[in-house]
Amino acid sequence: MKPPPFDYTAPRSLGEALRALADAAGDGKVIAGGQSLVPLMNFRFARPGLLVDVNRIPELTGIRRRDGELRIGATTRQADAEQSGIIARGWPLLRQALPHVAHQQIRNRGTVGGSVAHADPAAEICSVLLAYGGRVEVASVRGVREIDASDLFVGQFVTTIEADEILTAVVVPPPPAGTGTAFHEVARRHGDFALAGAAAAVTTDDRGRCERASLCLLGAAPTPIRRAAAEAHLVGNELTDAVLAEAVALATADIEPPSDVHGSSAYRTRAAREMAARALTEAFARSARDRGQRKEAS
Amino acid sequence: MRVEINLNGKPFAADVEPRMLLSDFIRHEACLTGTHVGCEQGGCGACTIQVDGRAVRSCLLFAIQVDGSTVRTVEALSDERDGALHPLQEAFRECHGLQCGFCTPGFLMSLEPALASGPLDDEQAIRDAISGNICRCTGYAGIVDAVRHASNTIWNDPDIGTVDDLGSLGEDAPRSGAGDE
Repeated sequence: MKPPPFDYTAPRSLGEALRALADAAGDGKVIAGGQSLVPLMNFRFARPGLLVDVNRIPELTGIRRRDGELRIGATTRQADAEQSGIIARGWPLLRQALPHVAHQQIRNRGTVGGSVAHADPAAEICSVLLAYGGRVEVASVRGVREIDASDLFVGQFVTTIEADEILTAVVVPPPPAGTGTAFHEVARRHGDFALAGAAAAVTTDDRGRCERASLCLLGAAPTPIRRAAAEAHLVGNELTDAVLAEAVALATADIEPPSDVHGSSAYRTRAAREMAARALTEAFARSARDRGQRKEAS
Repeated sequence: MRVEINLNGKPFAADVEPRMLLSDFIRHEACLTGTHVGCEQGGCGACTIQVDGRAVRSCLLFAIQVDGSTVRTVEALSDERDGALHPLQEAFRECHGLQCGFCTPGFLMSLEPALASGPLDDEQAIRDAISGNICRCTGYAGIVDAVRHASNTIWNDPDIGTVDDLGSLGEDAPRSGAGDE
């Protein structure tokens, strides 16, 4: 299938891109990696009148640490994020999730910002951003603003980013020292969309009790979801079998994942439980290991 | 719109509509039909080529987007002078890594940069490396064998030489930390 005709512009600066998008008055669409948008256009599900290609805007790419926070330029390729030492050392949950993002050929082109702006309910990067309590920077001719991940995802493929705005960067605060993380998902083939998945970040104290927990499910709802009740149950506790079982039950009691040819809602719910249990168990273990290593070092 | 690229080492240019997919640009404008088009939705991997050294789906790019880039297709794999097959192609032939051959160019273009960055001999690693390409004939066993064979040839066999001897192999492969600043 071929896409319908459209106009195309590839500006060299953010200002030009924002002007082009504003002038398109809602008929414009930003293309970054295009790994989700182009199939939608090939199917003619999406028919933008103007494509604003942001790949040639130098300021939108690159991974850096600024004021302790991780700042990933919107058009940074997923494959580059996967290879990033800054991310591997400081934000391991993102590093753990990235190999699950589609296939190598897609990650070579697909961008971190594009994945977040596209907001697929099963997208790994979206769930990690939410689990880390991150945010995005967006710009328009009206100005720039930040949107917390918790306010970003509204529904399947729907975010609070306006039609004239461009996501310019993804920003993630540093996790507290001693945080352990884990990411698990089930997919039919490695790289396919997750049937269910979980991202966990856990900080424990000297006695192994949870000080802070973050648990996010993907593929379980129209958006990635934080599981506040499960997190609250974990805080103050060691991870016993009973605590884990209760946290997983709290995390998955109210989910209603969709049924399709790849799996029924009941199957996905059970898979989500298992992924949540594995992610939490591993995150606790990694936090304990990190604590042990720091003790040895000091 | 004018698209000018370096295609398999030579300049190539054509005027096309913005909506022309890179896969169609390669097949219909440049008349290189080694790149096969399967699903046109990024699922099958048959149209995989390399843009600036990285394996990508040519059906998920508009030709206009790669203006100024270096594009390599399966036609670039064999030796330009004598037509000798690339070790990866030899291995596919040797190990029955293909039957109908439709998916093969995509497998080859996906695997070439993967093999250039290091040996691939572990079965799971090989299966991960080919997870973005679908084959409906072989059942993959022959392909896995072929990758292992090619990896041994490229990385271990002193008669074949080192990777440096294989010319362009790997020169543009993604580098560790490429995105960091």
